[in-house]
Order: sequence, then C-alpha cells, then structure tokens
Amino acid sequence: MLAFLGDYTIQNVAIGAALLGIISGVLGCFAVLRKQSLLGDTLSHAALPGVCLGFIVAGARDLGAILTGALATGALAALVVLALTRNSRLKTDAALGIALSLFFAVGIVLLTYIQRLGNAAQGGLDSFLFGQAAAILRGDLWVMGGITLVAVALVAALWKELKLVTFDPVFAASLGLPVLALEVVLTVMIALAVVVGLQMVGVVLMAAMVIAPAVAARQWTGRLESMVVLSALIGMAAGVFGALVSALNRGLATGPLIVLAVSALVLVSLLVAPGRGLLWEAVRHRRAARNLKSQQVLTTLYRLAAHHGAAGYRSEQGSLDTYHGLHTRRALARLAARGLVAPVRHMPQEAVHWRLTPAGVAEAERVLGRLDEERA
Amino acid sequence: MLEALFSNVPLMIVTTGALVGIAASLVGTFLVLRTQSMLSDAISHSIVFGIVVVWLVTRQQSGPVQIVGAALTGVLTVFLTELLAGTRRVKADAAIGLVFPVLFSIGVLLLNLYARDVHIDAHMVLLGEIGFVWLDTVTLGGLAVPQSLVWMGAMTLVNLAFVVLFYKELKLATFDAALATALGFAPVALFYGLLLLTSATAVAAFDAVGAVLFIAFVIVPPSAAYLLTDRLWLMIVYAALIATASSAAGYFLAVLLDVSIGGMMAVMTGVFLALAFLFGPRYGLIAQRMRRRGQALANECRTLAVHLYNHEGGDEQDEENVARALGEHLRWDAARARRVLVRSLDRGHIVRDGELLRLTPKGRAVAREILEPWRLEGGESAARS
Repeated sequence: MLAFLGDYTIQNVAIGAALLGIISGVLGCFAVLRKQSLLGDTLSHAALPGVCLGFIVAGARDLGAILTGALATGALAALVVLALTRNSRLKTDAALGIALSLFFAVGIVLLTYIQRLGNAAQGGLDSFLFGQAAAILRGDLWVMGGITLVAVALVAALWKELKLVTFDPVFAASLGLPVLALEVVLTVMIALAVVVGLQMVGVVLMAAMVIAPAVAARQWTGRLESMVVLSALIGMAAGVFGALVSALNRGLATGPLIVLAVSALVLVSLLVAPGRGLLWEAVRHRRAARNLKSQQVLTTLYRLAAHHGAAGYRSEQGSLDTYHGLHTRRALARLAARGLVAPVRHMPQEAVHWRLTPAGVAEAERVLGRLDEERA
Repeated sequence: MLEALFSNVPLMIVTTGALVGIAASLVGTFLVLRTQSMLSDAISHSIVFGIVVVWLVTRQQSGPVQIVGAALTGVLTVFLTELLAGTRRVKADAAIGLVFPVLFSIGVLLLNLYARDVHIDAHMVLLGEIGFVWLDTVTLGGLAVPQSLVWMGAMTLVNLAFVVLFYKELKLATFDAALATALGFAPVALFYGLLLLTSATAVAAFDAVGAVLFIAFVIVPPSAAYLLTDRLWLMIVYAALIATASSAAGYFLAVLLDVSIGGMMAVMTGVFLALAFLFGPRYGLIAQRMRRRGQALANECRTLAVHLYNHEGGDEQDEENVARALGEHLRWDAARARRVLVRSLDRGHIVRDGELLRLTPKGRAVAREILEPWRLEGGESAARS
C-alpha cells in the first residue's frame, strides 16, 4: 500500500484530482445556485479550440500555453452567449447550444489540422477529449495548483459580494455592488475550473464536474458556507477515486470514471441526505398515509357509536371494510396496539367486532375537534 | 448515369451532410422555438451509450435495430432528466447536466473495455467520419449506395412526414401548449415523438458527424432561420437551405484546407448564423441599429417641430425660430442641428423664410400630435378621451 502511494504517477494523479475537486466543487456551487449549470457545459466544450490553438502557438504540449488558450476561448464563448442573448431574439438555451457546438466544431477542425502537421507530440492532445490522468506531469500540477489557489483566494476575498450576487442580484445592485463585474468574475472562474479539469476529465465531461458535486452538497446543507466546503470534499473524493482507478487500469479513460463516481455520490445524496432525502420523504409520506388511515377508522367508530347512542357500540370489521372501501385490519391492529380500540367477540356471531376504549373516545374527539377548527 | 451519380464521392459526401442538416433542422426548429435546444446536447451525448450497448448485444453497427435501440436511450435521457427535475431537489438545467454525462461515461467506458479493435472508438464518437461514408455501401436496385446516405435519407423522410402530418399540432403545442392541452392535442406525447425522432436522427447521423457536431446541425441552422423570419414554415425552409449550403461550402473548404469535413460543415453553419445575426433584414444587428438611428433622427425632427410650434407667432419668434437658436436653446451642436434641419426640410416639416424657419401644415401636425394628442382629428386618441 505504501509502495503504491509512493508511486510517482499515482501521487501526481491523486494531487491533480484533488485540485480539480476543490476548484470545480467550489465554483460549481455558484453556477448551480445561479441556474447556470449548462454554462459549464458550454465553457468546457469551448475549451477545445483553445487547447488546439495553445498547442499550435507553443508548437508542443506546453500546459501553460494550452490552458491559456482554453481560458481565452472559454471566455470568448461566454461572450458569444452574452452577445447572442442580448442583441438578438435567440434565447439562452439556443445561445448556449450554438456556442457549445460551434466552438467544438472549430476545435475539431483545428485538431485535424494539427494531426496533419504530423507533430510527434500530438498524441498528448487526445487526452484532453476524455481525460487521461496518467499523462499528468509534476510540472502540470504546479500550474493547476496555482490556478486553484488563485480561484479559491478570490472566492474567499469576495465571499460576501459573491454570496449576495448569487442569491439576490437586485438587492446587490441596489447596494451599489458592481453586479455585472462580479458575474463576469464568476463566469471567468468557471472557465478556470474547466481549465484545471481538462487533463483529468476532458472537455466533453467537464460539465458534470461543475454540476454534480454542488448538487450533491446542496442536499446535505442549506448554508452556502458548508455547501462550498462539502462540495469541494465530494469533488475531491470522486476525483481521486476515479483517477486512481484509471491510473491502475490503463486504457480506461479517467473522465468517465470520475463522472460515474461523482454521479454515484449525487444519487446517494439525493436518496439519503437528512431532511431532503427522497428515501426519508417516502418514509414520511407512508407514515402520514398510515396515520390518516388510522384516524379515519377511529372517527368512523366514534361516529357509528354516536349514531347508535351507545359509547360502547361494537362495530363489525366487515362493516368497517365496507364503509372505507378497503381492508381496515391493519389500521385497527395499530389502533388496538395504541389502546384506542379493543376487539370484542360475542356469540353467536363469529366475526370480530370493535369498540372504542375511553382513550379512543378521547382521541377521536380530539381529532374531530381539530378538524372542526381547521374548517372554521 | 445513376451509377456515376452514386460513385461521385464529393457529391455523396455533400448530399449526406445536407441530409443530416435537413433532418436535424426539421426537429431542431421546434426544439429552438420551445427553448429546449440543450436537450439535443443531452440526447446526442447519451446515444453513445445506446449505440455501444446495441452494438455489444447485436453486433450491428448501423441499421434499423441500431437506430431504434439507441434512439430509445435518447428518450430515456429526457425521461430521467424530467424525473430528476420532478423531485424538485435539482433544477431543470442541472438535471440535464447530471444525466447525460452518466450515460455518456458508461458508453465510453464500455468502448474502452470491449471495443478496442472496432471502428467505433472514442474518437469516432466525437468526430464521425463523413469523408468515409462511401466506404460502407449497400446495394439498392443494382446500385451501390452509401449506407449513411440511405439511413439519413430515410430519417429525413420520416422527420418530414412527421412535421407535415402533425404541422398544425406541433405549431399549436409549440406556441400555446396550454391551449393544445385544452383542445386535446396531447402536447406531451407529441413532444416525446419529436425527441424520439431527434434521437433517431442523431443515431443515423452518428457515423457521419459524430455526437457533438450533430448538436450544431440541430441548433444552429434553425437559430439562424429564426433571425430571418417570423413564419414557421419559412423558418424550416430557411434552416434546410442553410444546412445544405453549409454542407457544400464546408466540404469544399475542408478539402481545400485538408481538415475535418464534418467539423468544417458545422463551422459553416456558424458562419451563416453570424451573417443572419449581422445582416438579418429585421432582427439583424445592423437593421436594428439603423432602425434605432432612424428613430433617433425622427425624434429630433419632432423636437424641432415642437420648438418651432411653441414660439410660432410669439414675441420671441424672430429670436427662437432661426437656425442659430438651435445651438443655444436645444443644445445641439452644429452638425446635429444641420442634420435635423436637412431632414426636416426633406420631410416637408419646415420651410425657410429668410432667416426664419416656418412650420408647414405638415410640421404643425407633427408638433400637435405630441403637444395636443387629444386634438388629433378622428384619431383613436380622440375617441379615447
């Protein structure tokens, strides 16, 4: 195990994946909360032409040039989306799709252009499509780490402002905050997160890394502070897991593995997160339905007794079934367990009869009284 | 003669590209109008999963089984997305971005694991190879016809039939879904039909242009057409024309530069979009600017008319209603004052009387329209007041 952790490649991969998890987790929170999840998708596809341009300009697989190119075309794509939505009748969805597909198409054209150049180093470019964690070098980590540090420091420095712009941009504007500038900062930083993830996850799947950790974290907490931290942790965990699996099995692309890992965390969060979890909701729902059923049967017994003018009136199980149109056996068993009703058998009739106990009468009166209150 | 036609490689490639574009535009028009363009992004990514699974099960790389099987994945994506958004734990846009990466990832991993030697590799998934469509042919009536061409032709016909048959229903469901429901047209079923066809088209186009470039053919030509017209059927026709032109122009440029043909075709759709965005007759950027400038100038002419009207026949008429006064009293610089004067003279609002600027009856009407709208003869405003 120690030998495994000491492996140079494994270390690189794990550190790189952790950096990716931090930056995409933190910035993804803002993107998801501002309903700009798909902007991440557009920006990541739009990084492809930048990767190729960086390669062409530098003439080799130089990470600095490639990432600068990716950032530039990502920002340009964001500008195109803005220009199309502001100055034409096209809506945001069309503008996002247009920028995504056209920038990617330009990237494909440039990619084939590079392949024609027959440069020996071109092999490294393929890893930017789906991610190849094993291709990461120690030098790359410094670049990725630097970008992550800048982005996280910026978020910390502008924390109050970014929070306000995210939740109430109108109020932020009324306070005199430069809302547009802050939105630009957030968009550029999403492009930065995409850039960091390029080598790990690749341009096609980077969108998921922006969205998924934030969505998972959102299920566990309602506070932005804890959401950002949790999202970064979830992104890190999924990133390291996927990257290590990929590094151990050459031939499995890293991006898909990381995406599947983080998606599994989303699914778990959606199901079991306290409060918001779908599982707990289903349990609550079932419990409420059962409770309602018990109350219905109880009040039916009470009304039958009142109708017959006898507090100890014994109702036959079959008549209760008929009355409710379905089986009441389980509801009655639950009521009996709570001591609210009691079974009575009196010969010569064989069927079970039920009567209210004094506690049951009190409970039925309480339920009916509350119903009357609500009706009033 | 026909044989020569089908063995003409450039023609086959351009025709295949055009059919991809036309078939995609037919469904894309409605996606763009329904502001659900990004569903095509989700669908075209996740069909990779379907294609790989169907291939693993049946070992068929194309054909009707492949198209139907993989197309169902596209619909599954949309269904899962709506299911996720329906829990109200996740916003609709985030739901799209969560579902398709999962299916796409599984597809890519399956390719990595089981399909290292076959021609659908990860590259293919993204690029497609329209340049090689003539390699796989089927024999139809004694002619060797490229397989992609056959399937794309079939999909184009199916999409066309769907749009023609349900034109009225699609139109209503797109522009007024509530009314469509009220009238019993089942817009949801129609919507899923549209998505099924989108997925099937994506699968049929997969060999030619790959998963991601297909998005360009779905969204960009209809968007460009949307900037050119307000009529639905014209929008479809324009989109199809743009797609065809992009296919031809893209092919020749790609050959010229020796780059990806499919990529270049997609880039060309973008060029047409940029042209529509700039030069569109009504919604184009330049048309908008010109209209705004025209309105600004018209407003200045009105201002001049009001100014002259206010001082007409008054004590200060000789001082106010002269060209000189415009600089001091309306704070217009010389160039602006000159421009407005020329335009007002052209329009017949004013005439020169020596130094004095006099309103014509027409110019007086312009001023009154603003100052005393209630006195408009027989106008609507008179009726309202």
